[in-house]
Amino acid sequence: MDFLTAHGWLIVTVVKVALLLFIVLTVNAYLTWFERKVVAHIQSRWGPHRVGPHGLLQPLADGVKFLFKEDPTPAGVDRGVYFMAPLLALALALTSIAIIPFGPDPLPWKILGQEVYLGILPPNVNIGILALFAITALGVYGVALAGWSSNSKYPLLGGLRSSAQMISYELALTLSVVGVLLISGSFNLTQIINDQSSRYGILGWNIFPQFLGFVCFFIAAIAETNRVPFDLPEAESELVAGFHTEYASFKFAMFFIAEYTSMITVSCLCSILFFGGWLSPFPATWTWTWYLPTVLLLPLGLWVIWDGIHYETIFGKLILPGIGAVMCLIAVALVAFPAVNNFVQAPFWLLSKILVFLFVYVWMRGTLPRLRYDQLMAFGWKMLLPVSIANVIFTSFAILKWGAIR
Amino acid sequence: MTPQLIIFFALAALAVGGAISLILQKHPIHSALSLIVVMVSLAGLYLLMGAEFVAAVQIIVYGGAIMVLFVFVIMLLNAGIEEHTSLSKLAGVPGLLLALALTGFIAATIARSTDTVQAAAQPGNMASTRDLSAMIFKDFVYPFELTSFLILVAILGAIVLAQREKARA
Amino acid sequence: MIPTNYYVMLSAILFGLGVLAFIFKRNVISIFMSIELMLNAVNLAFVAFSQAMHKLDGQVFVLFVIVVAAAEAAVGLAIIIVTSRNRQSLNVERVDLLKL
Repeated sequence: MDFLTAHGWLIVTVVKVALLLFIVLTVNAYLTWFERKVVAHIQSRWGPHRVGPHGLLQPLADGVKFLFKEDPTPAGVDRGVYFMAPLLALALALTSIAIIPFGPDPLPWKILGQEVYLGILPPNVNIGILALFAITALGVYGVALAGWSSNSKYPLLGGLRSSAQMISYELALTLSVVGVLLISGSFNLTQIINDQSSRYGILGWNIFPQFLGFVCFFIAAIAETNRVPFDLPEAESELVAGFHTEYASFKFAMFFIAEYTSMITVSCLCSILFFGGWLSPFPATWTWTWYLPTVLLLPLGLWVIWDGIHYETIFGKLILPGIGAVMCLIAVALVAFPAVNNFVQAPFWLLSKILVFLFVYVWMRGTLPRLRYDQLMAFGWKMLLPVSIANVIFTSFAILKWGAIR
Repeated sequence: MTPQLIIFFALAALAVGGAISLILQKHPIHSALSLIVVMVSLAGLYLLMGAEFVAAVQIIVYGGAIMVLFVFVIMLLNAGIEEHTSLSKLAGVPGLLLALALTGFIAATIARSTDTVQAAAQPGNMASTRDLSAMIFKDFVYPFELTSFLILVAILGAIVLAQREKARA
Repeated sequence: MIPTNYYVMLSAILFGLGVLAFIFKRNVISIFMSIELMLNAVNLAFVAFSQAMHKLDGQVFVLFVIVVAAAEAAVGLAIIIVTSRNRQSLNVERVDLLKL
């Protein structure tokens, strides 16, 4: 027991990392389900609804397919680089989740003598967001090396185009955040969120002084993650499949997971930097809003139970009411234990904001056409970068003239 | 054997291994990847020393921009496996001896120095970004403006140099 | 804590390896990368001394070295592109028009 307590920090961190990895990979899998369902409904069709109730087991089926598909290695590839590129992309994407704080307070009880914060990095890391930019900067290598090592024309072109796009929009990405950093005076993500708290709830969020910065950041982030409307380098009808043409089952799945994980990271960043992170939009004096998780979960759970009872297959009739019952139970438990309810408030708001941004991402995928490559690069260099720089100049001028905005 | 010492030796071994791999690899892209490993391990060493801003800038600028430029140029110029001509083998042995002599000389000077700074243990303080930026923009503002001008000149120079010859009309 | 000696020794070793790479490599891009390795070794020494003396001048200088290395890489690689276009090869021994 002494050994455990002496190395308590290491053990708690390792367990947190394993848990977070499991959660992120599951969220990724169900994000693919979410995307397919939402894009399908935008296009007036059903999406996956056969595999499991409402298609909920589709990610599982896809995972099994990826595991068992044949994994050919093309001739003439540079073996070391070919195998390392998807690993690099996946490792970097998953590492960036480690920097994000998911809640302000540690758990109410100490495990192995350690305060367990929600989030892997302790909240006093002074270079939070700079470390995130460092990881994004290294993410270019996964794409460029994948394209080059495939020993084929289309992946090379797709990889070069994609990496050129990523480094162009990286500038606009980092510059559009500088406004937020000037307002908060720190790189620390917890500090940035705490600086957005005010008496009036939503009015203190960074979106109001920094609306231009948010628009630039969101557009640049979509281009960084190679999503529609900036996904020409990996569009299927254009360059076969871009830089991951020659990658088959499991390695392609690694690129796939890396892309969705970076989507999740960008949504986290948007909500933390511009939308108050874990702060509630209602003023703190309105304590009745603390029952909002319960008020949302209970009808949802009841509806899932009702839907499950009337579902077609027997499997659905068993699983869906079970899920609904769990949701109702959680809702009732939140009302019954106010201490748990207080603790759950902060992660609840952060997760709902992340969900809203993920929905906006998927919504854009279903709605917008893609930009041609020269239009994309022209937009990044000639429109987004000057606007980001102008945002920095205006923000510094405003801070100089009217004192700090906080 | 404190944890810091273990981490130092691990990162130092990674850096030296990357540098040796840079020399031994035949294809320039593998040398570039080894250099990226060296840079990331150096960033880790900076973090170990408490210079967090410099570590982040090292990864963002060196690892994320300069080395990307190298990798692009290697890909676009289609650099293949290097050829070894007879002249290179001839210059190898005296070159090796001289390089080892240089390293040995520097290392001996370091090892023999009894200066208090040389032997001092690293303090655990973190260099704050606020103080660093105050120093750049107050004491070193003139070199700062000069380097921004230098970057502008470098951009223009690179663009002009790499253009293809335009056909004289 | 780790003595400053260790960091400066590592910096010397990396510098020596950079010089070795400069001598042995024939590809002009590899030679350029060995120059970057030497610059990195020097940066390590700067930061080590800066932390030992509790002054931030070393780290400010490291930032300037990184910026100058970036500018140098841009122009140097442009020169390499032009030279390789002219001499049709990336081997540094082919640039020999001034030889006897």
